[in-house]
Amino acid sequence: MILLPCSWCGPRDASEFAYVGEVVSRPDPATVTAPQWRRYLYVRANPCDWTTETWYHRMGCRRYLKVERHTETNEVRAVHAGREAG
Amino acid sequence: MLASTNGHRQQARRAAYPARYSAFGLLRRGLTHAEWPPAWRGHPLKGSYDVVIVGGGVHGLAAAYYLAANHGITDVAVLDKGYIGSGGSGRNTAILRSNYLTPEGVRFYDRSLQLYRRLAADLDFNVMFSRRGHLTLAHNDSSLRTMRWRAEVNKAEGVDSEVIGPAEIKRLAPFLDVGEGARYPVVGALWHPPGGIIRHDAVVWGYARGADALGVHIHQNTEVTGIDVADGRIRGVRTSRGDIATPIVLNATAGWATLVSDMAGVAMPIQTFPLQAAVTEPVKPFLSTVIVSGTLHVYISQTDRGELVFGASVDPFTSYSMRGSLEFIEGLAGHVLELMPALTKVRVLRQWAGLCDMTPDFSPVMGHTPVEGFLVDTGWGTYGFKAGPVSGEAMAECIATGRTPEIIAAFGLERFAEGVLVGEKGAAAVGH
Repeated sequence: MILLPCSWCGPRDASEFAYVGEVVSRPDPATVTAPQWRRYLYVRANPCDWTTETWYHRMGCRRYLKVERHTETNEVRAVHAGREAG
Repeated sequence: MLASTNGHRQQARRAAYPARYSAFGLLRRGLTHAEWPPAWRGHPLKGSYDVVIVGGGVHGLAAAYYLAANHGITDVAVLDKGYIGSGGSGRNTAILRSNYLTPEGVRFYDRSLQLYRRLAADLDFNVMFSRRGHLTLAHNDSSLRTMRWRAEVNKAEGVDSEVIGPAEIKRLAPFLDVGEGARYPVVGALWHPPGGIIRHDAVVWGYARGADALGVHIHQNTEVTGIDVADGRIRGVRTSRGDIATPIVLNATAGWATLVSDMAGVAMPIQTFPLQAAVTEPVKPFLSTVIVSGTLHVYISQTDRGELVFGASVDPFTSYSMRGSLEFIEGLAGHVLELMPALTKVRVLRQWAGLCDMTPDFSPVMGHTPVEGFLVDTGWGTYGFKAGPVSGEAMAECIATGRTPEIIAAFGLERFAEGVLVGEKGAAAVGH
């Protein structure tokens, strides 16, 4: 497993966190079409590269973090407080 | 044979290709020291093929074999960026079963099991299918309810499957702790006699040999770097060894399904997670069934060599990394010992990971896509190996006829836009 340097708690085992992943913005339910809504529900980017994703420190400070991680090596480059807009 | 390759004496006479495997042939070659011809050959990469299959695992090779055997389409290239069977086909825990939850799923996987049953005869290759029965344990009332549901769906589709109690479980697997004092007491199980294990490498090699004998070109160490699409149609494939013109590309990759589909501009509802497995040192045969526990996230079988093969659920975050983790093996060992306390002294020899393309409904994504000539056989999550033969057969028909066969009609990419999902989570999330 990997270590995530939490902005508040320092380096912690990834098993303390909940993986939220890519945050996509929710379309307006009043104007969205059914296929657009289902795309929002089901389709996410799945790159083999650097990603910016959201993690939740479930068993720690219980705050959201924005993490830059490479999905092939699991190397973590940067961690920011807060979550992506969405 | 011009040169001796493995210490046998040089042969003047070229061996017939492909060799017919038989007990008599084995004896004759053993006595004469004759060389075996290669099971499949290497070829120069041609500039064009009728069909290009990306991914040399059981799905891609089975599709190539059935294209040639059932439909007479032999101008086919199978491309793999590594060696054949180096991805999911060589990393799964080789469990076969068809006791799924939806009628579509049960019919589909049962067809695969039927093909597996006669695969050794069809391919003239020993795939070592052992129909030893498959036990899915229930540790609480809600699991038991799902199993009764599955058993009824299975029976309605003609698949042998029933719910049994702890006494019967104990008879089938004496080393299992079915006492009431267990932390997760076993209250029942779904018993599926047609399930079993197989040698996964042999399935890959058998299909490769069969496809090659019918004229298919298998290109290993050939990585696809791009797919050319013009006017909504497939034009060709760019690879690390040169470009190929082709009207049809089948994406039969696992782990890289979204990356290959992205090259053709087709968005897939897939996320890639590693799944870890482990194997112990060999011990005397004591376990004659496959044992699965969804609650404890573990499945156990014993190979013909005596090793215990353990698998688990996918890792908790997406990744393309295939490194094992200590945390996984620690949790897995604890769960195995909950079920079989007698295994405390057994040592784990090695662990590994494979990549699982998870879909929102735990069913695959198969068939045509909005790009004409670009077909997918992807989204195989944690259940791809057991579906290899039926997927190959169905995708070959899909390519040869241009129509989607009934057996995979429910698994089309369009179901996610239409909202008609095939929910198999109750039978596929952990139960392998």
